[in-house]
Amino acid sequence: MTTAIAPVIPRSRVQRLYWTFADGCVIARGNLVHLARNPAAILNLLLYPIVMVLLFGFVLGSAMNVAGGGDYREFLMPGMFGQTMTLGVMTTMVIVTNDAARGVTDRFRSMPISRAGVVLGRAVADMVNSVLELAVLLLCGLAVGWSWHRGLGNALTALGLLLLLRFALIWVGIYLGLILTPESAAAAWMPLMPLTMLANTFVSPELMPGWMGALSEWNPLSATVAACRELFGNPGWGGDSWAAAHALPLAVAWPVALTLVFLPLSARRYRRLAR
Amino acid sequence: MRRMDSFAVVAEGVRKRLGATQALDGLDLTVPEGTVCGLLGPNGAGKTTAVRVLTTLLRADAGRALVAGFDVADRPAEVRYRIGLAGQNPTVDEILTGRENLEMWGRLYHLGRATARRRAGELLDRFGLAGDADKRVKHYSGGMRRRLDLAAAFVLAPRVLFLDEPTTGLDPRNRNEVWQAVRDLAASGSTVLMTTQYLFEADQLAHQIAVIDSGRVIADGSPDELKSMIGGDQIDLVVRDAADLAEAARVLAAAAGAEPGADPDARRLIAPVRDRIGALTEVVRELGERGVAVEDVALRRPTLDEVFLSLTGGKPEHDAGEQGAGKQAVGKRVAA
Ligand SMILES: Nc1ncnc2c1ncn2[C@@H]1O[C@H](COP(=O)(O)OP(=O)(O)OP(=O)(O)O)[C@@H](O)[C@H]1O
Ligand SMILES: [Mg+2]
Repeated sequence: MTTAIAPVIPRSRVQRLYWTFADGCVIARGNLVHLARNPAAILNLLLYPIVMVLLFGFVLGSAMNVAGGGDYREFLMPGMFGQTMTLGVMTTMVIVTNDAARGVTDRFRSMPISRAGVVLGRAVADMVNSVLELAVLLLCGLAVGWSWHRGLGNALTALGLLLLLRFALIWVGIYLGLILTPESAAAAWMPLMPLTMLANTFVSPELMPGWMGALSEWNPLSATVAACRELFGNPGWGGDSWAAAHALPLAVAWPVALTLVFLPLSARRYRRLAR
Repeated sequence: MRRMDSFAVVAEGVRKRLGATQALDGLDLTVPEGTVCGLLGPNGAGKTTAVRVLTTLLRADAGRALVAGFDVADRPAEVRYRIGLAGQNPTVDEILTGRENLEMWGRLYHLGRATARRRAGELLDRFGLAGDADKRVKHYSGGMRRRLDLAAAFVLAPRVLFLDEPTTGLDPRNRNEVWQAVRDLAASGSTVLMTTQYLFEADQLAHQIAVIDSGRVIADGSPDELKSMIGGDQIDLVVRDAADLAEAARVLAAAAGAEPGADPDARRLIAPVRDRIGALTEVVRELGERGVAVEDVALRRPTLDEVFLSLTGGKPEHDAGEQGAGKQAVGKRVAA
């Protein structure tokens, strides 16, 4: 009955690298199958952007002014892109806490899978998810009259910056996911949502009270959104503050800094599971 | 000095503190290759913690542990290639089908695609899941989930298999399937370390039983050794009339060769016996001749409570929860 089963034990660096990728692919695939088989999640993926664009673009948008003038929906879309990328941290966090609570993380840890492979799988699945979200939102934007005005190259760079922010937030999500319980991770929505609004996403910081405006200027999300407005040629970019004037370099620096801090932190946290 | 490499599991003075609890308090255990070891203990004894240390999930504070010849602290990767683990709670993927689950675990154990598929098929057959292989796990019953989870631990036909309470929540037929799979694996040369709260289960499967309490092994031996240590089977007798208790106690003492325990309120007497059927027939005949009316008489194995009681010297160690209460109740009876 029992066939001899011989696992491949990687011995060389090249083999290890190969298996890291192979493991990552298997794990990412499993995660994406989850998405594909979850009608509620798919509906959410499609419906959420549509509802938000309609809500902010038309319901609130009719009363909104853009500092320096311009169409509010043109101003809004880069903010929505940035907010969606930021809220993606919830996806990462919730999955990581659930895996830990259900013992999936322990099963992985008792198996000869490289940790990098597990994380790679998580990252690939989350990025694919975010690319889909961004694509839906992009189409919604086009439908309500948003567009890019400075060429395809700049537009693609802007999308790259958005995904860079999402990538950095994977590490934040993994770190928090390893600390929090599933219940508290779901509740993280509460502080996170205002944080995505305490930025230039929906309102220009110049129009906010002084301290709030300053805080919003320096929100990492603001850097990405401002840079996107600049690259798409949408209204509302630029400004007097140093942060607003250097949106592009900041939109690279913030995600890099977040990654440099949270990648080692989450690796350490993972090792500490054995404590 | 015994040779370490003939042991699949060696633990020496393993200590682990979890929060305020000393979960492992100098655990010593050796399991020879190719045998089944039952780790028997009540809730909170440290069974899961022991399994977690041995499967590289937790790092011990002190002591040393070798699994399949490798130190779990220094060479965890080598250990992981040689073990299978089914934890106390199933960790199967609800959204995938049973077959997809096993294929995924197979791929993650670095079996090739074709091998992983074939192995998944074999395991589904073996664990009686072939008919439901292509259903999503969220439609499985609790027992089916647990069997799938166990199958995942069998993917590699591991050298050392760790099962944490593998039959909790299974019906008798499924429990037998799990037992058979464990026996097969042991027959093919693998070592199995399983935790259980049931003496009966350990008795059925294990070559060796280690009784664990408060993070320490308090008794270790073959099922027979263990049973003789705690007195083996018992006659459990309830008389109809409390006035007959003294008379019945004399009869029981003569047959058992020891003073029986008494619980006067329940009109109950308990005495350990060696010659099981002989003693029982003698007691029933004697009581009949003396005209003592018997309400109930049974020959039964000691319960886990009683095993513990006798091993821990009769003092209830945990006073919280039903475990402690149960122990105390039995303690009064046997010691009275
Ligand atoms: N993460 C933790 N933090 C603090 N204490 C813990 C933790 N995990 C376990 N313990 C404690 O350690 C002791 C041993 O727990 P363990 O899970 O090993 O027991 P067990 O024998 O497996 O019990 P059960 O039969 O209930 O599964 C218990 O007293 C438990 O309360
Ligand atoms: Mg346990």
